[in-house]
Amino acid sequence: MKRLFPWAVLLVFASVPLWLNDPYLLNAFITTGVFIIAAMSLNLLLGYTGQLSLGHVAFFGIGAYTSALVSLGFDVELLFGIRVVHEPWPVWSGFIIGTLVAGLFGYLVGKLSFRVRDAYFVIVSISFAEVTRLVALNWVELTQGPLALTSIPPLTLGLPGIGYFDFYSKQSNYYLVLGVLVISYVIISRLVKSRIGRAMVALKENESLAVSVGIDVTRYLVLAAVISAGMAGAAGSLYAHYLKIIDPDVFLFLYTITMVIMVVTGGKGTLAGPIVGGLIFGFIPVIARSFAAPEIQWILYGAFMILILFVLPQGIVPAIEKWFGVSTEADDARQTTPASAKTQDAS
Amino acid sequence: MVEFGQHIINMLILGSTYALLGIGLTLIFGIMRIVNFAHGELYAFGAYFVYLASMMLGINFFIALLLAIVAGCLMGALIEVTLLRPMRDADIDTTMLVMIGAMIIMQNTEQFIWGGVGKSVNTPFPQAPLQVGPFFVSWLSLFVFFAALALIGATYLLINRTKLGKAMRATFQDRDTASLMGVNVQAIYMATFAIGSALAAAAGALLGAVYVITPQMGNLAALKSFAIVILGGLGSIGGATIGGFILALAEEMGAGYVSSGYRDAMGFLIIIAVLLFRPTGLFARKERIG
Repeated sequence: MKRLFPWAVLLVFASVPLWLNDPYLLNAFITTGVFIIAAMSLNLLLGYTGQLSLGHVAFFGIGAYTSALVSLGFDVELLFGIRVVHEPWPVWSGFIIGTLVAGLFGYLVGKLSFRVRDAYFVIVSISFAEVTRLVALNWVELTQGPLALTSIPPLTLGLPGIGYFDFYSKQSNYYLVLGVLVISYVIISRLVKSRIGRAMVALKENESLAVSVGIDVTRYLVLAAVISAGMAGAAGSLYAHYLKIIDPDVFLFLYTITMVIMVVTGGKGTLAGPIVGGLIFGFIPVIARSFAAPEIQWILYGAFMILILFVLPQGIVPAIEKWFGVSTEADDARQTTPASAKTQDAS
Repeated sequence: MVEFGQHIINMLILGSTYALLGIGLTLIFGIMRIVNFAHGELYAFGAYFVYLASMMLGINFFIALLLAIVAGCLMGALIEVTLLRPMRDADIDTTMLVMIGAMIIMQNTEQFIWGGVGKSVNTPFPQAPLQVGPFFVSWLSLFVFFAALALIGATYLLINRTKLGKAMRATFQDRDTASLMGVNVQAIYMATFAIGSALAAAAGALLGAVYVITPQMGNLAALKSFAIVILGGLGSIGGATIGGFILALAEEMGAGYVSSGYRDAMGFLIIIAVLLFRPTGLFARKERIG
């Protein structure tokens, strides 16, 4: 029964475009799916290694911009009169390059910023995101600045002998996002159950102990950062090719906050957490928009987040598991250590 | 050369308010270990309060400033008691997320009440600037500078010369020992958060009269405060003061000689550089990263 549950959930979500004809709701499903992928990638850092990255939107935005620029082409003049001209490439290569470039930035940021921990890491990650936002805003020649990159082509998939297929309709984008989401889920679930995942959890629980038994802290943290950043970049790329327009606001701190709220509400360090939290916060605006102004929606977001932190600090998924007395394999490590141990360690 | 001098004058005025922001945050972060994301919203709160009091209720500008500081103090105490006191034993990430929630609520409340259009405050100062040699300074800016310096001095005296300040310093050094020595740590936490918030509100009240007041003004203020605190080192009032001036200098020079679009990037580049090369801040000695 427990083994079949994820398949049943997948089947339900795979059937959505078959019976849902409302384009607005389908759009909400697609953007929610994109943010769930981003939240899952954030969860790898926040939930499994315990590092709160509040600059995660930077990787999302870098993926979006890189992918859009690779498929649109650009012509910029760098310092000393060096001119870089790039002809448009196929869109699928944009998706791959966007993912890789985001991962590369994850490597650089991880390599540099894991020298500091806790609040300092948070501040470095935010600073990085703000710098990328300001670059996107000010490097007008490359990014069009506040005018936004427009007419971004939809993703295409070419299969020899079958022909080309482009992800233009909402239905096809839905399956595309669902597909990437499932792949991301599988990658993360494999990863956290592997030796690498256990090392990450060990770091979160007690870093000095982990070091003393020979776990290379920085190596595993950087690895987590690379995978996490790449996945966020892939989500950003999907976002850009779905919306077909991208502007520097994609780097706004509020998007990071959205991802963090999703992870924390659902349950950090659980596989299902970002999905549950993502669905809740993806659909609150859909329900709330009929009676509340955007400001009120955000106020509700903030209040809901504080409420969850007060009432269910571990998130919804662990609470449900506790209620039904079930526990998935990956969560065992988290549950063996009471929250108080970490507090004492930090003080 | 004249241009450079003008940048220095602007730096002094901006830096004095940045110092207020930084001192407020460094007290809260140092003593309570709270990463206070709502700090920038207290700054915006101060600015809007002056607008409400002086422009809508017709209260004298100077009295409105004082009222804004008092209101910031009360607001800080309220946040401390309702949101932070119940989370006293939570880890640093959890309280940070609670403060992010508070930030979202406050910012959107401002947006809801005041709308997105900027507000500006009329002051009793003459419009014509004061000319000293080739340099121009507005009377308002001059007032902001000296008012900020006075508040910095008052905070310094409060921390170093009063019994409350002594108890705060003791709590900073060792919360448990301070508690054993009869310091009411709960009260100290509330006082710390209230004083820190009052300083942020004061900075907002002063700068709100110089610039346009918008609901988004708190966003960057919070992040800049972090930059200042990191520059100056944790819990150091002197460090935060100098940090405020350094950040203002970097911004003025960046805007003046690099590109005005990257003005706000300066603070973030400073944060990244300082944390990577001298993570204890430029001036602190005893702080440890843990």
